[in-house]
Amino acid sequence: MNVPSNLKFAKSDEWFDAASGAVGISDYAQNQLSDIVFVEILVEEGEEVAAGKIIASIESVKASSEIYAPASGKVSAVNKGVSDKPETLNSDPYGEGWMIKIEGGSAGDVMDAAEYEKFCEGRTH
Amino acid sequence: MSTPSTSLTATIVEPTIFELSSPGRLGVTMPASDVPTVDLPPRDLLRSELPLPELAEVDVVRHYTRLSKFNYSVDDGFYPLGSCTMKYNPKINEDTCRLPGFLYTHPLQPIETVQGNLVLMFELQEWLKEISGFAGVTLQPAAGAHGEFTGVLMMAAYHKSRGDSKRTRMLIPDAAHGTNPASAGMLGMSVVTIPSDERGNVDLKALEAACDDTVVGMMLTNPNTLGMFDEHIEKVVKLVKDCGGLMYGDGANLNALLGIVRPGDLGFDVMHFNLHKTFSVPHGGGGPGSGPVGVSKRLLDFLPSPLVGIVEEADGDMAPLYGFITPEQSIGRMKAFHGHFGGGLVRAYTYIAMHGPDGLKDIAQYAVLNANYLQAKLRGTYTIPYDRICMHEFVAEGQFAGSDVRALDIAKRLMDYKFHPPTNYFPLIVHEALMIEPTETENKDTLDRFADALIKIAEEARTQPELLHTAPHTTPFGRMDEVKAARELVLCCWLPEGYDSEK
Amino acid sequence: MTYIPISPNERDAMLKEVGVKSLDDLFDAVPKKHRFPELDLPRALTEMEAAALLGEMATTNENVHDHLVSFLGAGAYHHYIPSVVDHMLRRGEFYTAYTPYQPEISQGTLQAIFEYQSLMTHLTGMEVSNASHYDGATAAAEAVNLAYAQFRGKRRKIVLSPSLHPQYREVIRTYTQGLDLEKAGDGELADLEAGPEALTSLVDSNTMLVIIQYPDFFGRIYDYTKLIEDAHAKGSLVCIVANPTALVMLKTPAEMGADIVVGEAQPLGIPLWFGGPYLGFFTTKKSYVHKMAGRLIGETVDNRGQRSYVLTLTAREQHIKRERATSNICSNQGLLALASAVYMSTLGKTGLQQVANLCYQKAHYAASELSKIDGFGLCFTDPFFHEFALCCPRPASEVNEYLLEHGILGGYDLGQDYPSLANHLLVAVTEMNSKQEIDTLVEVLKEME
Repeated sequence: MNVPSNLKFAKSDEWFDAASGAVGISDYAQNQLSDIVFVEILVEEGEEVAAGKIIASIESVKASSEIYAPASGKVSAVNKGVSDKPETLNSDPYGEGWMIKIEGGSAGDVMDAAEYEKFCEGRTH
Repeated sequence: MSTPSTSLTATIVEPTIFELSSPGRLGVTMPASDVPTVDLPPRDLLRSELPLPELAEVDVVRHYTRLSKFNYSVDDGFYPLGSCTMKYNPKINEDTCRLPGFLYTHPLQPIETVQGNLVLMFELQEWLKEISGFAGVTLQPAAGAHGEFTGVLMMAAYHKSRGDSKRTRMLIPDAAHGTNPASAGMLGMSVVTIPSDERGNVDLKALEAACDDTVVGMMLTNPNTLGMFDEHIEKVVKLVKDCGGLMYGDGANLNALLGIVRPGDLGFDVMHFNLHKTFSVPHGGGGPGSGPVGVSKRLLDFLPSPLVGIVEEADGDMAPLYGFITPEQSIGRMKAFHGHFGGGLVRAYTYIAMHGPDGLKDIAQYAVLNANYLQAKLRGTYTIPYDRICMHEFVAEGQFAGSDVRALDIAKRLMDYKFHPPTNYFPLIVHEALMIEPTETENKDTLDRFADALIKIAEEARTQPELLHTAPHTTPFGRMDEVKAARELVLCCWLPEGYDSEK
Repeated sequence: MTYIPISPNERDAMLKEVGVKSLDDLFDAVPKKHRFPELDLPRALTEMEAAALLGEMATTNENVHDHLVSFLGAGAYHHYIPSVVDHMLRRGEFYTAYTPYQPEISQGTLQAIFEYQSLMTHLTGMEVSNASHYDGATAAAEAVNLAYAQFRGKRRKIVLSPSLHPQYREVIRTYTQGLDLEKAGDGELADLEAGPEALTSLVDSNTMLVIIQYPDFFGRIYDYTKLIEDAHAKGSLVCIVANPTALVMLKTPAEMGADIVVGEAQPLGIPLWFGGPYLGFFTTKKSYVHKMAGRLIGETVDNRGQRSYVLTLTAREQHIKRERATSNICSNQGLLALASAVYMSTLGKTGLQQVANLCYQKAHYAASELSKIDGFGLCFTDPFFHEFALCCPRPASEVNEYLLEHGILGGYDLGQDYPSLANHLLVAVTEMNSKQEIDTLVEVLKEME
């Protein structure tokens, strides 16, 4: 399981990069969802979001999931690429698979990488 | 218009009717017009092309006959899909539902000309009331999920009529079918999930904690999807009713209760029937279903319109006149016309008429016997997480310690033994669930052979796991690439490229 | 009789294996005071008796095959169904199979429904068809659900054409009672002669969907292109409820720019059957496919390299998305979708065109002859397909009673739904009506007092 140490993670498996403002879903999450076939980003550039608000909806071949904002702030960019190629979330969840950027974001209830790794291990049965 | 390149390299086992088409080939044709010809509508109101197939009748018959042979069906063999009640579909039903008097009656004919249909519907309403213990029944809903939606609409209308506007929460156990929360969701209600306890009953403490004056009601499947009859059903009903909620019964598993207990007697307020499960209407490869709904006295006025009732009482030698009536505070109409009359109601009526009260009880008893017998045969080989006397179905775990074989592999391997697999990965509360419902129309030999196959597969899981991972091997088709289907999304086929229908 | 294939000896052996003494012992979990109720139902019949009883009930009806000459349509149409359709439906491999959740042993159902989707796609001109809904009315209601999901509840108004089937409008109202929507367009005072553009003024920035019918409930054919353009300019979606027989002849709703095209496919090989089960078709643009309710079948390959079909995009459906799903629907009209596919294949392009043309020609002959009778006349002057509103000199209900005495099932009494049309009959004519039947109708009406 890949958990980059520079990122913060929400319990609902979103990552947040405080440096760039980027938001995505974790490697653990994409693995659990399996092959992702649909991504719909529900916020627009310039929109204010509060941490915990639904920002996207994802469907894989066997599951569906809502994505919540891990930080509050203004949406400064939306990655249209992931809607066109949803599989990017599987292949590169921390790179090309970023979903939106939140500017001047203040992180919500998030963990650091080590805590998140432990949290995920606790969930595996 | 062109054919997409998705499967250029794939082998075509059976061409589509579009690929079989040949320009100018005729099938069934119509008589020439016997009236003076008039002009068609103006050209700009006409379509320019009609890219549909051209085939001879024999092409059509052979195509669909070949396709039919790719299917596994109840007529082929054992079909133990949990919660689907894949019982034998009696052949007489296929004849009665096609009687010309039923087939050729228009839904808007004057009631005086369709008394046969209306009597059938009225009596079926009465019979379903008697079987379930409810005060009223609507036959209108088209399927189980449609019946659920009908029921939830009535629950909402009931609270609204009392000015009780703060009730927005629907309680739903974790073992429930997905349609339950989806039905509540269609009315914007919030869903509160109630866990099951270690014996597969509703967790009473959790239920008690969730019950307050914001509860619309509870949607409960009993027996539930673990095949367990709730041992505290009366307490569950009381808790919900004491807080002002209504009890919804999901009738998916009614086959276990015929002549055993009536949900109305247990205090349920509303329940849908699945005529395609319990009352032998064939599943048709996914439908049509038929989902009548029964209600207790306090919901009678909210039933959808119209219902079938007596509009003129019998008088001397004159039979009563049956017609349509609209309940006072009806939620309205759920679909056009009167329900799935021909395909659903006539078959179910035939089935109930042929069983009578004792025959119905036999259905439930033998359905439950068969499930318990299979459970007993498999106990020891498969883990049964909720292990007690089950009702019409039970759930086993499709996994073994130290093996990477999964429920999916077991399901696929069963096809090689010429059985339809059980429902798998449901209910969600059991890991690698295999949900097995044999129904009452299977004999002991079939059940023995099925148990033997599952035991053999457990052995194979230990000795040759690869055989299971790659199963099925003997079916006309192997495992499908579901990811490709979802990503490329080819949902339609076309006439071949360069097809010239004017030729 | 029952269909239980277990002998008493086998039963006893099985009870022993389970570890209980009797069948009744299996039900200890059921509260004792409610256990084993005596059901007050008629005694069981044998197959022979049941066949006789049902036969008798069926013959109590007067049907449009043996007794009545029918000019009744209004959403359900009497068409010829080629023999081959029922022969295919009677194959147990089709009708006794379940939903094709196991594609390796369900390719028959899957390919047949994939072909059905393709046929409906080409008939409507749209990009995507689902595997069907319960009927035309519920398909129209599902169009509202799609629009609601598409705008995520931010738009909350629908515009309903007054010439949309009254029962469809009722069903839409029932379906949406939890959604708090504004509904406009079909009030009692709606002008029935105003034409489609009258709806334009009702479309605003809160409107999510406009629903119109084609041909409309009165049989009239309109080009909705302008209305659709105007609605799109306001950001609204447009749904056309279409008659599939008419679509064989007429400009496609797709060419007019419709976003969703639904309707009742009963005319495509499904018997009248007193109103059901029928077949609701649902087609749309590819961009709305994730918001569309209902099953969907897609093409793929199996692990042997064979082209094959699976249920796809299932994660948008209720069993996974639960309360967040667009709809709770979990079945389709599988067997009837098969019926319509066999019907369309057997008639083929030419046969379908013949049916559409016969309907059109005969309806126009009937309209022309009927309007020559004193006191009768056509209500509207617009082009129509196979149904038209006939103005009568007496209340439509009385005309119908009179016709019934002469073995004729008259048209639909429009006064039931439109107070201003109390003296109007909606007359439907199909290929099943011979010239002689039409002439008889005319003669009988001429003699009406």
